[in-house]
Formats: sequence, structure tokens, C-alpha cells
Amino acid sequence: MDAIRIEGLTKEYKDVVAVDHLTLTVGQGELLSLLGVNGAGKTTTIKMLSGLTRPTCGDAYLGGYSVVSDSTSVKSIIAVSPQETAVALGLSVRENLQLIAGVHGFDKDKRNAKIDELTDLLGLNSILEKKAGKLSGGWQRRLSIAMALISEPQILFLDEPTLGLDVLARSDLWDIIRLLKGKVTIILTTHYMEEAEALSDRVAIMKDGKLLLCDAVDEIKRMAGTDNFEQAFIRVVKGVAQ
Amino acid sequence: MRMLALASRNAKEILRDPINLAFGLGFPLVLILLLSAIQANVPVPLFEIQHLAPGIVVFGLAFLTLFSATLISKDRTSSLMQRLYTTPLRSQDFILAYTLPILPFSIAQSFICYAVAVALGLEITVNILFAVFGMIPISLLYIALGLLCGSVLNEKQVGGVCGALLTNLSAWLSGIWFDLNLVGGAFKKVAYVLPFVHAVDMERALLAGDFAGVLPHLWWVLGYAFTLLALAVLLFLRQMKR
Repeated sequence: MDAIRIEGLTKEYKDVVAVDHLTLTVGQGELLSLLGVNGAGKTTTIKMLSGLTRPTCGDAYLGGYSVVSDSTSVKSIIAVSPQETAVALGLSVRENLQLIAGVHGFDKDKRNAKIDELTDLLGLNSILEKKAGKLSGGWQRRLSIAMALISEPQILFLDEPTLGLDVLARSDLWDIIRLLKGKVTIILTTHYMEEAEALSDRVAIMKDGKLLLCDAVDEIKRMAGTDNFEQAFIRVVKGVAQ
Repeated sequence: MRMLALASRNAKEILRDPINLAFGLGFPLVLILLLSAIQANVPVPLFEIQHLAPGIVVFGLAFLTLFSATLISKDRTSSLMQRLYTTPLRSQDFILAYTLPILPFSIAQSFICYAVAVALGLEITVNILFAVFGMIPISLLYIALGLLCGSVLNEKQVGGVCGALLTNLSAWLSGIWFDLNLVGGAFKKVAYVLPFVHAVDMERALLAGDFAGVLPHLWWVLGYAFTLLALAVLLFLRQMKR
């Protein structure tokens, strides 16, 4: 069974079609990057898939659950790391993790076990008792991802996870994302072409709410007739290659 | 319970903000001390401690309305809330999680105010405990008002509506600062259609041990509290789905 099956998903706002009949499937454990220029419909797509926005028409099935008719079940198997760092700034790192484990209904033992596991995985030991508001951008983003992972999601949405991070922090986060590949189905949005190229199994390119193509990076480069992925992306978006 | 995890986070946010503590506890105390000093020099029956204390205790809740409205309004636009919307928490969980932490705060506030009133000459009777207990439905009313405002207004609007308008309404139309019979007519009728004067009359009746005089006002307070809570849930749900 596919982890995600999207069928004609559409979102209209008054006279703007933000996402236009999107149809796509994502396999279990696959990392799919959603690429597109601003206003392409990436964030709206993620909002619909995560139950934040109701589609105007069409549907999507995550782990077999419909986002239209069973969004509660969808929410029990997904996690979202939003574009901005979504942490409670007044709480410590440990308290932030406890908050998310708690809202997912984990008992105390499981909660503590997950915190220990993620602390080791993401190297949070040295900052566990620090207030989130006192951390650097890189550490806050790392915490944000830990908060997304603590619920043991089957599907993880990473919305521009490395936006604004320095080279080292970005490299660290890429390592973490690589660790998750194959275990968790990941939908990643990014404006960094090298990030999509380095991490993705497949890349979906959107423009004006429509899906232009969805394929492996090498295949997209071959179709666009270039070895440079950024050039390939530009050619696809400008309609030179499809 | 999932809701308690968020309630615990909200309690920490409120208690770790020194402005909340200073205004929530400090301002009502300053008012009691100041008006008692005026009463000592220019005696006015309305400002006798057994009339004044219940009024100030109720008026102090207007600041809790401001806290709850500000917290929910600030959270509503944050990325953390976007993350929490993608968890299995329901709209009623959110409303309860914002209500429960403020309730003990309001009880503590009224307890401290009555303790100061005792120091200023209020007779110690078991009725003080009934009056503190009676603050639960009144607190619900004021918290519900805050949740409603926080669910529809932005942080700036909350400052105007809850910080200025509501505080004034609660002062002018509650019979705390002057006897409504002195104005009479439409002013008094409007005041008795709103819940504020009922809350003060109920609290005064409890402190006086006039339990028969409590009931008509209790229904007004509970009626408004539950209607406003239901409205807050509906409006919160509406903006969750935007």
C-alpha cells in the first residue's frame, strides 16, 4: 500500500486556485521533495495533507485514511515540522518534548523512553534543560524536528527545514533526515536545489498549483538535458523541458 | 489525558510571566488598600469592606480575561499552534486546556484578596470560604469571555477590547463603584441584562450568608459562562479549519 495517495486534490480561495487537481502517490519510507517557486502551492498542499485546510475538492489518503472524512486518524499517524520554528519558547527542551508526547497520549514511561531515544539521536543532551527561547536557530530547528519525531509518525512533513540555517547546522540536519529515510515517509519542501538533490528519492515540481512532473533527480536532469539540477528545475518550470 | 499536557504548558507560560503575577494579584490588592484608606477618611457604605471586597475580587478577574485572551490570541498565530493543530487534539481540548490553568489562579487571587480584607477588618466567618468557592462559576464566566475574545481577535485587538472595553464595562455596569439605583432607568436595566452585576451581587450574597439571594444571580452567571464557552469552542473550531 502507498503511504500517501493523492487524488485530484484541489484548493480554491475565491478567484485563486492554489492547488489544482493534484494527483500523486508516495511509497512507504520514500522521501519526496516538493519543489516550486513561491505561490506554486507547496505549503497549501502540505496544509491539506496534514488536516490544517480542507480541500475544495478531491481527496488524499494517508496510511489509508482520508483527509476529508477521517482527519482525526490522519493526525494520529503524521507529524509536521512547520516552516517557522514551532517550539514553545518559554519551556525547556525537555518540556517541549513532554508537551508533544503528552498531546499524543503517551504514558509517562513511554514519554521518557522516547525523550531519551531522541535526545541520543539528535544530540540534545547538552541543551535538554535549557529554555527553547535561549537556543540558536539551528538548535531550535533540531528541537522542532525532535518534536515532530516524538510521536513516532508514519509520515513526516518537513516544511523548509533548513531555511536560514548556517552550513554546519544544515549539514547536521541533512544527516538526521538521512537517518530517517526508509523508516518514515517524508514529504520535504525546500527552495534549496542541492538539498532536494542530496536527500530525495523523487522530486515533484509544482507551478501555479499544478504538478508539472514527479520523478527521480537523475531522470529530471536527463529530461532537461543538463547535469545541473538547478538548471533542470528552471527549464522545467519555464516549460523548456517536460 | 492529551488535554492536560497542553493545560500544563499553558499553566507554565502564565506562571512564568511576572507581569501576569504582578497585575493578577497585585492590582486588586492595591485597589482594596486604596479604597479602604479612602473609606477610613470619608465613609461611604458601598466601600465598607464587606461590600468592597467581593466587588474587587470580581473586578480582578477582568485581568484574567485579558491574560487568557492574550495567551490564546498569541498562540493562535504561532507556528507552535500550527503544529498542535496537526495532532489529535480537538477544539474542546484546546478550550479546556486554556480554561483549567486559569481557574486555580483566579481562586488563589480571590483567596489572597479576602485574606487582605480580613486584615482590613472583614469579619472571619465560614461565608468567606463559600465566597471563594462561589468564584468558580464567576471565574468561568470571565475566562470564557477571554477565550472568546482570544479566538476571534488578534493580540492588538485583545488589548483594546479586553484591556480597555471589558475592564470599563465590568467596572461601570457591576455596581462595584457606585449603586446602580443612583442612575436607575435604562442604565440599570442594561446592567442587569449583562452578567457583571449578577456576579458581584452573587458574591456579596455569599459573603453575607444570604444563600437565597445567590440563586437568581448564579443562573445568570452560569448561563453566560456556558454560552460564551460554547461560542468560544465554535469560533476556535472555525479558525482552526481556515
